[in-house]
Amino acid sequence: MGEKTCVIQPLRKYLREDRLPTVFCPGCGNGIIMNCTLRAIDELGINIDDIVFVSGIGCSGRIPGYINADSLHVTHGRAVAFATGIKLFNPDFEVIVFTGDGDSGAIGISHLVHAARRNIDINVISVNNLVYALTGSQTSPTTPVGAYTYTSPYGSVEGFFDLCELVTSAGASYVARWSTVQPQRIISSIIKGIQKKGFTYIEVISQCPTQFGRKNEMPDPKQLMDWFRERTVKLEVAKKLPPRKISGKLILGEFADRDRPEMANEYRKLIEGVQRGTIKLKRPQLDWLELSFRE
Amino acid sequence: MSGNEACAEGAITAGCRFFAGYPITPATEIMEVMARRMPEVGGVFLQCEDEISSIAAVLGAVLAGAKGMTATSGPGFSLMQENLGWAVMCEIPCVVVDCQRAGPSTGLPTRISQGDVMQCLWGRHGDNMIVALAPNTPQEMFDLTIRAFNIAETYRVPVILLADEEVAHIREKVEIPNHDELKLVWRRNPKVPPKEFLPFKPDSRGIPPPLPTFGAGYHFHFTGLSHDEKGYPIDDPEKHLELVRRLRDKIVNNSKAFTYFEKRDFHDSRIAVVSFGSVSRVALEAVIEAEKEGIPVNYLRLITIWPFPYDEVHKIASGVDYILVPELNVGQLVHSVTEAAKGKAQVVSLMGIARQFKPKEILDAIKKLL
Repeated sequence: MGEKTCVIQPLRKYLREDRLPTVFCPGCGNGIIMNCTLRAIDELGINIDDIVFVSGIGCSGRIPGYINADSLHVTHGRAVAFATGIKLFNPDFEVIVFTGDGDSGAIGISHLVHAARRNIDINVISVNNLVYALTGSQTSPTTPVGAYTYTSPYGSVEGFFDLCELVTSAGASYVARWSTVQPQRIISSIIKGIQKKGFTYIEVISQCPTQFGRKNEMPDPKQLMDWFRERTVKLEVAKKLPPRKISGKLILGEFADRDRPEMANEYRKLIEGVQRGTIKLKRPQLDWLELSFRE
Repeated sequence: MSGNEACAEGAITAGCRFFAGYPITPATEIMEVMARRMPEVGGVFLQCEDEISSIAAVLGAVLAGAKGMTATSGPGFSLMQENLGWAVMCEIPCVVVDCQRAGPSTGLPTRISQGDVMQCLWGRHGDNMIVALAPNTPQEMFDLTIRAFNIAETYRVPVILLADEEVAHIREKVEIPNHDELKLVWRRNPKVPPKEFLPFKPDSRGIPPPLPTFGAGYHFHFTGLSHDEKGYPIDDPEKHLELVRRLRDKIVNNSKAFTYFEKRDFHDSRIAVVSFGSVSRVALEAVIEAEKEGIPVNYLRLITIWPFPYDEVHKIASGVDYILVPELNVGQLVHSVTEAAKGKAQVVSLMGIARQFKPKEILDAIKKLL
């Protein structure tokens, strides 16, 4: 036998080691998503000092606390609003928001929609675990119909909120949805998102064995991940299939990838124009902005 | 200029370079001025989707290095309270202007009120203290906005400019001081290396170091959770009590430095009038009128209303039999006045709502006490 070697996880340099271990339950998808994000940052070679991580409330909200960078853990649902202020005041920052289905799809939805409308260059990574997990299993806007939680003890009768379609309609530059069984897809989408000048929304369907799995006869994280594989279909494939074949399946893929004017940059141009005197008050150039992003 | 315009100009003079807001009567003119002026001075103006995001965007911008402000009225102020609590907890300097209008609810949106006095102090959940200044002229809308920024930066606290509809809309001459004569407080970056820097470690007065800015490699963590001196979350009731106490004490124990008031004393008077905001202008007129009629009345106008200047009010209570507190609400600040008087004088409330007092109403109330 040769000498014993110890392999240090190459992304460990990005962690606040003094805060480990995390509060996440065994089998939680947060680790995969945090790992994918750090891998994307590592591959891009961005200086971590130039990134600000922002999060709201929920299990996803705890992710930035473990990343050794400037980070904010704010009030429930408001991460995108805080991030908007950061990005607008200093567009040189790369701003990454971690949020969840409750944080961005319920209480904070207005900020999500308006940030997409402004197409401000913020990268939102949404951990969609289909449930309110931190508070102990309650129905979220993305809980599938029929799923059991403590607030849908007879099975949920509400519908799944397709937040990707929503932010796409609102005007985001880049929108994608994957699940935790596709780490490579997540990484390349985050890379694309960070490189994109505009609002990006990357939703990751993530397993919550504790608060979703146990209630729905899938207590093992692997069961949940198998279920994701079985009940999802890629957008390109879905387009070719008849509706009955995709019924009851969740569509994964890239929903938008386009270039549109980005607000922080537009505002920077405005400041320059006003200061130089080339942009004056009350210039009569009314326009229904460009709605051309709608296909 | 109007009070609202003066407030916006005061903010710009103080170095405010980020304003986010949501339209609401009677505060809207502040954001209208900011929309025009911010790009001129290289700052950012953002009209938000609501007041919740307005204060959130301001706090984000402050952490990115800006001096930031938002302005609203009662209904919007209610929406801001949760994030204001976050600012208290994370010790983020910012200025929030509340041009009070008559509530509750939508109430009488275009009419004056002083109904947010207690909301200002107790609006957030959990224990905390806030600094609130109440201007009574457009000149003070200008001056106190600058002071509010200085207090915010010095103590790392949100500061409320508790204006009202009248002082917001009244037009008067405002003298803009020479910029070089102004004392402005700016942030200094920490001198110690990142590993040694503790963004929440208080000095002997309970005040943490000036707010550091993102991007300097210090890797700060700000959380609304209870946290240690490094900013990391903790779950320890004893340490939490220590933190909550410090957040309160750093304001209360240092409040002498920013307790502003105005007074007129008569040695032989039996009555004092304690007021604030635009009501104090009417109160002063009534006091002068009373004097002309041979009734000496002491006058105290509170400019800093939170933390409440107990000592000053107690002093005035010790010399008179009655304190009259005219307020445009059904009795809010009168409770603190009563507390401060400690039985030395009988405190009498004069309520009004949705319209300014007439000097005669206050004068009649004074005469009734004779």
